[in-house]
Amino acid sequence: MIEYVENKEIIARRIARFFASGDVVNLGIGLPTMVGNFVPEGVTVVLQSENGMMGLGPAPEKGKEDKDLTNAGGMPVTVLDGGCFFDSAVSFGIIRGGHVDFTVLGVLEVDQEGNLANYKIPGKMVPGMGGAMDLVAGSKKVIAATTHLEKSGSSKLKRRCVLPLTAAHEVDIVVTDVGYFTVKDGKFRLEEYFAPYTPEWIVEHTGADIVVAPGCKEFR
Amino acid sequence: MIEKPVITAAEAAAKVKAGDVVQLGGFLGCGSPDSIVEALVAAGAKDLTLVCNDTGIYNEAKGVSNGPAPLVKAKAFKTMIVSHIGTNPETQRQMNAGESDVRLVPQGTLAERIRAAGNGLGGVLTPTGVGTEVEEGKRKLTLNGKDYLLEEALPGDVAFVKAKKADKAGNLVYAKTARNFNPIMATACAVVIAEVEELVEIGAIDPDQVHTPSIFVDYIVKAE
Repeated sequence: MIEYVENKEIIARRIARFFASGDVVNLGIGLPTMVGNFVPEGVTVVLQSENGMMGLGPAPEKGKEDKDLTNAGGMPVTVLDGGCFFDSAVSFGIIRGGHVDFTVLGVLEVDQEGNLANYKIPGKMVPGMGGAMDLVAGSKKVIAATTHLEKSGSSKLKRRCVLPLTAAHEVDIVVTDVGYFTVKDGKFRLEEYFAPYTPEWIVEHTGADIVVAPGCKEFR
Repeated sequence: MIEKPVITAAEAAAKVKAGDVVQLGGFLGCGSPDSIVEALVAAGAKDLTLVCNDTGIYNEAKGVSNGPAPLVKAKAFKTMIVSHIGTNPETQRQMNAGESDVRLVPQGTLAERIRAAGNGLGGVLTPTGVGTEVEEGKRKLTLNGKDYLLEEALPGDVAFVKAKKADKAGNLVYAKTARNFNPIMATACAVVIAEVEELVEIGAIDPDQVHTPSIFVDYIVKAE
């Protein structure tokens, strides 16, 4: 009997392994931001922030905050050597123009057609889409990052999203705390699983069609 | 070079009349023309349409109210055209109560609609929003096998932008991520007023370092 325990760190850790040196990456607010802490040594990615910078650095020391230097969540950040600033039209030109290699976003629902819903629960939560729709439509690869199960026990991976979509057919990769999936031919394809979960457990606990990839292996 | 009039924040606020479309630079308060926002609140501005990235951060308990948030609280806007309201519960309350009309626009589409207005274009074709609620009521075109939405240009009556530095001719230099929507809004409105932290003599800014050319700027306000 395997008991599900939420584990955001494994999600961030696995996503960070997709990147190669030189990749331009946009990390969403919340769980996706954690990915920045796990980029392997020797790999240098360039973080793009849609409010208008490349070369996003870590948060400043207390007392060294600059009111003119924030991330897309409005929090104080720093800029790395070689970084640069630009206006919002250029920023989204970079995004829609296909110059961002990976965008990592949080999830309310993601389905086996690659549809993503992450900006609105009608009647309940309507924060607005911010830059998410452009990021998902324009980035070369879209990674959806999410815990596998809701508090209620239902999976975040669906056959079909019910909530309003952020974008249709744009998600390439889904990483949860039980495994990593690609979206192919209208199904989730399990590429790797994270111990203690097994492919059998994952198939059983996912409300969507899953194919276990022939080379599916445990992530270490 | 002709010098641009330097006016007070209160005089800047008086350039706005009821019903105007006001474009306000800034991103969650970073790069927001705060002195002018304060003056607009003091002037009792009403019935405006806001165009801004967001409606600022508003947290009563923590005493935070930045960007357009003080104006939202003062009910200055009947319409708000923004990409994000998640950090301002007062905007959400007004929307849910039907007190104001909030129109959410994808951030990149908002930027491009403003840019189009300032560049003599009727609109832009973007793939953003295809297959979502955003496409409702819009024309969809297929070019070279890819679907796009026709998004119309979004001009304004008055732009309030924030710059780090201006020379007296109105050439502007922004700081870091405080740039955001400011340069594009400065191109898209009938009247453009720049709030600046530092005002220098003509010739003191290297022409190669100018972000917004003086031609776009009508008035300068020294930040208070």
